[in-house]
Amino acid sequence: MRRLRAMIVKEIWAVLRDPKSRIVLVLPPLLQLFIFAFATTLDVRNAEVAVLDRSGGAHAVELIQRIEGSPNVAHVRRLGSEAALAEAIDGQTALAALVIPEGFDRDVAAGRPATAGVVLDGRRSNAAQILAGYLQQIAVGYGAELKPQALAAAGASQVTNWYNPDLDYIWFTLPSLIAIIVSVAGLAITSQTVARERELGTFDQLMVSPLRVHEILLGKVVPPLLVGTLNGTIYMIAARLVFGVPFTGSLFLFYPALFVYMLALIGVGMLVSAASQTQQQAFLGSFLATTPLILLSGYASPIDNMPGWLQVVTYADPARYFLVIVQGLFLKAMPASAVFGQLWPLALIACVTLTAAAWLFRARME
Amino acid sequence: MSARDAAFDPRRLAALIRKEGRQIVRDPSTFLIAFVLPLILLFLFGYAVSLDTSRTRIALVVEDGSASALGLAAAYRNSPYFEVTTVRAMAPVRALMVDGRARGIVVIPEGFGEGVERGRPPPIQIITDGSQPNTAGFVANYAEGVRQSWALAEGLGPAAAAADPPIALSPRFWFNPGLRSRYFLVPGSIAIVMTMIGTLLTALVVAREWERGTMEAMMATPISMAEFIASKVIPYFLLALASMGLCTAIAVYVFGVPFRGSILALLAIASAFLMPALGLGLFISASTKNQFVASQIALLTAFLPTFLLSGFIFEISSMPLPIRLITYAVPARYLIPSLQTVFLAGDYWGLILPNIATMVGFGFLFFFLSFRATRRSLD
Repeated sequence: MRRLRAMIVKEIWAVLRDPKSRIVLVLPPLLQLFIFAFATTLDVRNAEVAVLDRSGGAHAVELIQRIEGSPNVAHVRRLGSEAALAEAIDGQTALAALVIPEGFDRDVAAGRPATAGVVLDGRRSNAAQILAGYLQQIAVGYGAELKPQALAAAGASQVTNWYNPDLDYIWFTLPSLIAIIVSVAGLAITSQTVARERELGTFDQLMVSPLRVHEILLGKVVPPLLVGTLNGTIYMIAARLVFGVPFTGSLFLFYPALFVYMLALIGVGMLVSAASQTQQQAFLGSFLATTPLILLSGYASPIDNMPGWLQVVTYADPARYFLVIVQGLFLKAMPASAVFGQLWPLALIACVTLTAAAWLFRARME
Repeated sequence: MSARDAAFDPRRLAALIRKEGRQIVRDPSTFLIAFVLPLILLFLFGYAVSLDTSRTRIALVVEDGSASALGLAAAYRNSPYFEVTTVRAMAPVRALMVDGRARGIVVIPEGFGEGVERGRPPPIQIITDGSQPNTAGFVANYAEGVRQSWALAEGLGPAAAAADPPIALSPRFWFNPGLRSRYFLVPGSIAIVMTMIGTLLTALVVAREWERGTMEAMMATPISMAEFIASKVIPYFLLALASMGLCTAIAVYVFGVPFRGSILALLAIASAFLMPALGLGLFISASTKNQFVASQIALLTAFLPTFLLSGFIFEISSMPLPIRLITYAVPARYLIPSLQTVFLAGDYWGLILPNIATMVGFGFLFFFLSFRATRRSLD
């Protein structure tokens, strides 16, 4: 027990001793918090729109003004010709170009269904699609005001958004970021530990010391656990206090889940570390592990969109389960039973990765 | 030193480049980053990251037993956009929503059939999972769409024409009419690959030379500063182009991304981007001289900006103003639109040339900085 404590103290010092790496542990996560939180939105705001108005009537002008007033649109630029339209789209000075045909106002005035065209830049098909949806809403909304009785007769539907009534994108981003930042910290720190000792030659000293393998391993687990928990806590507090994301679940569920998730990650990091000869290989290895971990978790895009065989692969990704738990604990007041439903696969993955790491470690020592 | 700076001997340079080339070939991590990593990235962006929503799982609560209600329920089950679980009551549905097994609920209320017969159908309820805002928007739009087409087919309302909204827009998506996100994600991931090789790998390799002291040994030989920098840059430049070529071939032949521009334009764009990428890599290594710190700084100043602030996935115009201003200093911001254009639209020089010029400008800036950092650290 005393040996183990000495080992843990040594490992914590090894991480904190160097002033440069101390800064690297704290500063990037904070920078990332703000860049990620503000930059990573898939919503479309301030889009540039162009208009080619061939009708020139009052209804066309009203429609254009409504589009101009939308928070999703920054400017509406008037175009003079078809060629100018092609140039605006090709040169990406506009994401969308509205084409209002000559007969548009006559049709609207006569109560006939009127249609305007929109040309969108398919090179940015995702943003273009979202913007097309917003423009459509504006047009249909204007039409409904002109003819209120026509639509009501066909019935309607009432839309309610649970957990996030205004569909605020940041309520999705920030809880997910906890999962991401913890993984980056957990993998990067763990993968460096053994590789650095090997490069510096101190690994041999550890081996001839009276420490047992499991004691060395436990010592290596503690620093990334501490850093990950600290970063996760900072992010959680920032999400609530700075960004106003509600935390509706229980902290008594959050921390055990974070702990198990960290163990699963540390197992992966140890595997990388035990397999690499140099720090450079360890760094590249942890990068290779982090990328699929994040992209297959459901954060970058929903798992439902992936092909079936790849959806099966995502069951091996620890981030997948933790993402459901943090989103649930923040927004959905996730009950303990639902958390456990995600936690046991996570615990299973942790057992597998930690056991494999210990095995590889031992094999390498002999 | 300054007298020798002017000297530029092609034979000496060739010998240096040969030495660097051997080092690259010998080091397994170089191979890993130049050829294995691009494959993994392309694979993930080709298959795993898809922004094209398909078959979202929803729960359908049918509280009414009438023929109309069952007809509408069948319309949801037959929709290509949804995978439907039908239930009788709301209680079990909450659990599905909490752990994400359902992304939305459609409730057909009691008395729906009676209402249809009286010509005034009560509104159906669409509940979405707001924790995933984009999916929520999709569920709301498409669930309402299914209901509308069902109402139209049933001839509800005073006249069938009433189901047509008075004003509608008909969108046309140029360059990518099928709206496949893969078409812009796969070319975009080439930017990430080139950043990894140009900045991250260069920073790591050169930082290791500083760390081990082999840099000083090099400097003791009669080579000039210009030769030295060229010998570091040229091999990685060629390596990055080779990797870019591999990525392009995979993008076109495996993922079926159209390539409408010319190879010449692609080469010009890639070469222009590699200037700031390599320059930044050299600058980081010369100013940190430590592998771990160099790798973290390269991640922070090159990889993350290329990923997040270049318009690759996230629209720059949607970001708040301070971050929009930062993006102007990210070289990849000029690369991404050029790449997407040369792949999907063709050689539209009006967009490509200004971007190339800006990237070359950043290239000169970073090379100047690394030139200074290298010289200072030798004194």
